[in-house]
Amino acid sequence: MAAAPKLELIDVHKSYGDKRVLNGLSLAVEEHEIVCLIGPSGCGKSTLLRCTDLLDPIESGEIRLDGDNIADSGTDTNAVRRRIGIVFQSFNLFPHMSVMDNVTLGARRAQGRNRREAEDQARELLARFGLADKADAYPNKISGGQNQRAAIVRALMSEPEILLLDEVTSALDPELVGEVLGVIRELASRGLTMVLATHEMGFARDVASTVSFLHEGQVLESGPPNELFGSPQHERTQQFLRRVTEAGRL
Amino acid sequence: MSAGVAPRRSAVSEFFEQEGARAGVITVVSTVAFFGVAIVAVVSSPNWPRVRDQFFSWDDFVDAFPSVIDGFWLNVQLFFWSMLLIPVVALIVAVMRSLRGPAFTPIRLLSVIYTDVFRGIPLILLILLLGFGVPALQIQGLPTSSTVWGLIALTLSYSAYTAEIYRSGIDAVPESQRSSARSLGLTQFQSLRFAILPQAVRNVVPALMNTVVSLQKDVALISVLGVRDATREAQIITSRTFNYTPFLAATVLFLAVSIPLTRYVDWYTSRDRSERSQAGV
Repeated sequence: MAAAPKLELIDVHKSYGDKRVLNGLSLAVEEHEIVCLIGPSGCGKSTLLRCTDLLDPIESGEIRLDGDNIADSGTDTNAVRRRIGIVFQSFNLFPHMSVMDNVTLGARRAQGRNRREAEDQARELLARFGLADKADAYPNKISGGQNQRAAIVRALMSEPEILLLDEVTSALDPELVGEVLGVIRELASRGLTMVLATHEMGFARDVASTVSFLHEGQVLESGPPNELFGSPQHERTQQFLRRVTEAGRL
Repeated sequence: MSAGVAPRRSAVSEFFEQEGARAGVITVVSTVAFFGVAIVAVVSSPNWPRVRDQFFSWDDFVDAFPSVIDGFWLNVQLFFWSMLLIPVVALIVAVMRSLRGPAFTPIRLLSVIYTDVFRGIPLILLILLLGFGVPALQIQGLPTSSTVWGLIALTLSYSAYTAEIYRSGIDAVPESQRSSARSLGLTQFQSLRFAILPQAVRNVVPALMNTVVSLQKDVALISVLGVRDATREAQIITSRTFNYTPFLAATVLFLAVSIPLTRYVDWYTSRDRSERSQAGV
């Protein structure tokens, strides 16, 4: 029997009020794989990522991390969240803290590591992503791209096994998108398992090992980027890709 | 980002700069004329000598001042202690109310009941109730001093208001901040303490400072317990001399604190606003 996937969602249901967002969604992510989630707004991409990090509870189904169901009520959610990193569309750095304090907060408070050690690790990561001189800056004094890179560093501090990225370039000015995509490429080259919700189709085609098209809370179609972009099977997928192409995004 | 933001100036200098020198002269002349006429009208009215003797008698003022200022010292102490207690009690109540999850339902409920009840009782009634009522019970171990119970009443009432101010500040912090704190593996308490509350408190500092101004005056309500604060001392002298100048002495003392405090709050609020608009927050 093959080893369990790194992350597996099985028949997941989730509603916000009357609105059904995830409708029996299933998805498997193997270790070192990069899965790009594409699909129209409201198809459930963000919700899928939020639920995977246990930020929103699911109603039914299973979320398996290394084969263990983490959607179970007995799970130590804080421990799971350290194994899964998440980066949000709007960065969400804490505005009252310097970049350094933002990046080390989780290490210091959630993991109880001492400040010096956490800051050493942070400095290394910040330098790797071109933020060495921004450690003492406050989020409102640096660019959106720098904010987002700092947010990625913050998520990497606990050395997560999976990184979830929720449309991390959507809130950026076009000229800043490249620097954040560069960071993701670098992480991909190091073999980090990632799940990305994205509207950057060109990037998805380039970096993904699997592209999954979400429609009305389900994975409608999945496959290697060449197949999914080259010969989509479902009419919905074709329609979506046609629109994206017309908009000049592919 | 800071380009185009004019340096802060006082309202007065701003006014003169906008209006120019000629307008400045008109302002001075009209202000002096207006208040001059008003004062002359009051002073020359047939009842003025009686008013003056009743409220503005220098001799009575000098006689009353030492005991009134003694009493005022008690007001200052009450103000001081309640300023220490209220922010703490209020913060606990506000945090209790913002806890999430079904397990915390009783705690949230307790917080809701607390704020509803203590915001609903007129402060003077609460002071009477606790200040006279509790010492009359003569329960072992409870303080019997009216002053202490007056302080407790003030704290309970003001904490209910202040907790609501904190809560509005907590609610104003975007939900995404909580998500990102939780995503780092922080517990609910840690997220509140390190991520949410520092932003929430910053949001409500001007509102909190207005509460302080209001509290500074409401400490005078403790006089209904017969405690000899500035108001009570003035009342005692007045009932002996039938002259109301001692009340004026107490008034002067309260104004001496509250006017600088109000000016400071105004200054702080406008500075805070301009800083925020510069920071783009």
